[in-house]
Amino acid sequence: MAIIDPRHAAKQLIYERVFRAATLCAAILVLLILGGVAISLLRGAWPALQHFGFAFVEREIWNPVTDEYGALAPIYGTVLTSVIAMLLAVPAGFGIALFLTELCPPLLKRPIGVAVELLAAVPSIIFGIWGLFVLAPVLQRYVQPWLIAHLGGLPVAGALFKGPPYGIGLLTAGVVLAIMVLPFIAATMRDVFDTVPQMLKESGYGLGATTWEVMWNVVVPHSRVGIVGGIMLGLGRALGETMAVTFVIGNAHRITASLLAPGTTISSTIANEFTEAVGDLYTSSLIALGLLLFLITFSVIAAAQAMLRRLERRAGVAV
Amino acid sequence: MSTFSKSIIKRLTVMTVAATLSAAAAAVDISGAGATFPYPIYAKWADAYKKLTGVGLNYQSIGSGGGIKQIKAKTVTFGASDMPLKPDDLKAAGLLQFPMIIGGVVPVVNVKGIQAGQLRLDGAIVAGIYLGDITQWNDPKIKALNPKLALPGTAIAPVYRSDGSGTNFLFTDYLSKSSAKFNSSIGANASVQWPAGIGAKGNEGVANMTTQTDGAIGYVEYAYAKQNKMAYTLLTNKSGAVVAPSAESFQAAAAGADWAKADSYYLILTDQAGANSWPITGASFILLYKQPSDAASVGEALKFFAWAYKDGASMAAELDYVPLPATLIAQVKKTWTTEITSGGHPLWSGT
Repeated sequence: MAIIDPRHAAKQLIYERVFRAATLCAAILVLLILGGVAISLLRGAWPALQHFGFAFVEREIWNPVTDEYGALAPIYGTVLTSVIAMLLAVPAGFGIALFLTELCPPLLKRPIGVAVELLAAVPSIIFGIWGLFVLAPVLQRYVQPWLIAHLGGLPVAGALFKGPPYGIGLLTAGVVLAIMVLPFIAATMRDVFDTVPQMLKESGYGLGATTWEVMWNVVVPHSRVGIVGGIMLGLGRALGETMAVTFVIGNAHRITASLLAPGTTISSTIANEFTEAVGDLYTSSLIALGLLLFLITFSVIAAAQAMLRRLERRAGVAV
Repeated sequence: MSTFSKSIIKRLTVMTVAATLSAAAAAVDISGAGATFPYPIYAKWADAYKKLTGVGLNYQSIGSGGGIKQIKAKTVTFGASDMPLKPDDLKAAGLLQFPMIIGGVVPVVNVKGIQAGQLRLDGAIVAGIYLGDITQWNDPKIKALNPKLALPGTAIAPVYRSDGSGTNFLFTDYLSKSSAKFNSSIGANASVQWPAGIGAKGNEGVANMTTQTDGAIGYVEYAYAKQNKMAYTLLTNKSGAVVAPSAESFQAAAAGADWAKADSYYLILTDQAGANSWPITGASFILLYKQPSDAASVGEALKFFAWAYKDGASMAAELDYVPLPATLIAQVKKTWTTEITSGGHPLWSGT
């Protein structure tokens, strides 16, 4: 008597194959979609790239009247606001995750954890309107005048805090972005910190290490892949965020040293101008901006992967 | 005409349309896409018209640029644009355009001690402000127009619309006509490269930035300025008269314009002469094919437009849009009769 019924086994085999094919299809679909996006962006952007050549990414001008376009100001704004957001959100997210996993009294753990996750569920338009109606006036009345008075006079760094306090601008956009990406970074970091085996941490404490030492020497090295993943998730969102930024960045195609000045980002330019863009070169230039954002995001992710691989190799040697 | 007989006619219309529909055995919905500026009134008309006739209007307010693309791709019955297309472009595409509704753009300010309707400006000064040439409220040029007002030395903060819009087009077109420097260095478009100031998104963004910032000047659609009770300014028009923004001054600008001579209704209503003409007035346009492939839906669309001209005027006024003057409506209908045909027969034969 057979242990396995052959009919049953044949059925299982078919199930197995179908399941394998289905997952393969799903995986290939992602590649197809990504390839399709890249191809259609390239096709749409081609007239502009052909017309302006490499100068498209070098020039600051963006003039729909004379049909002359350059992407430097949006690229600058995109990168700068994302950098501000990461500078604010990564330490804060790290702090939240550390507190929640190591220091938080059990009673508070759930409410704070849920609050962080709820922050991620707020639609971006709400952040935009809040930024415009609540945050911008506060920055304009209290924070920016202080920055201008106390930091505007510094050599070199002072240039970052010059100009009239408009309330909206690159700094405000960076702050709003920081709040928006914070839950992603904090939640991811908390989850990876939780995966660190309790025994490792207790060994650290057993050797007389402080909380900070355990955190820095045990938890962080053990979960660095997850930490970098969380930061990249946040950075990806910050680079591509559209609506909230459009409301608070001031939408000026200019590059100014001051963080208080209005600027623009790639996605907010597209959101602002695509609907009323008449003329092939104009539309094509906007699509070319989209292509650039695609490339920037892609290279950020590629750089993160490369960094992780290097970290891993070094860790391997150390052991 | 009494309300009673009006309602009888309405009911008769419903019955006629219903009869036509049952003969055609299918309710033809009209589809359109384009300009965002007239969207509130088109939506209100569509709702009222659907209740009356059963014919629905599906209007996508995706922006004028999108509307032009959609009608050229023939995915909609009509396109709508806040900027008139040039006669050559229309001919090349086989399209016809006509004005549907009028609106105005109003400069608003936030200067201490200045109430709505007190400050007088003209095109050259507003252009100077947006060029960054005039930077303080007590500038001699502003003072010269307002000898009785106590103007503070506050810095002027110009606020502009960052999203491409018909409002931007009208405003920059007016400034281009008023200032040679603005015309040569910036020009008129739905989006332009502003040399100074800060960009806010939408009417609400501009209104908010203006109210929040001391010394700010912005520009919003009339309905927005009126409903939010913002401090609008007066403007000196082409004839040298000082006018306030109102439905009457917008209509005066539209009525004073020489539509009869304008090829394909290619006429931008800014900076019109006339004692009552508000200088930043504009019409929103409809685009249709002259020989439509889908004659039935274009016929329905024309019926809708005719109804909107006639019965939609009061609804337009409620939303602070301005209906077209009667002479212009008659001219547009004549154009429909002579130019929109299907198999050699005019699609519109009404009045």
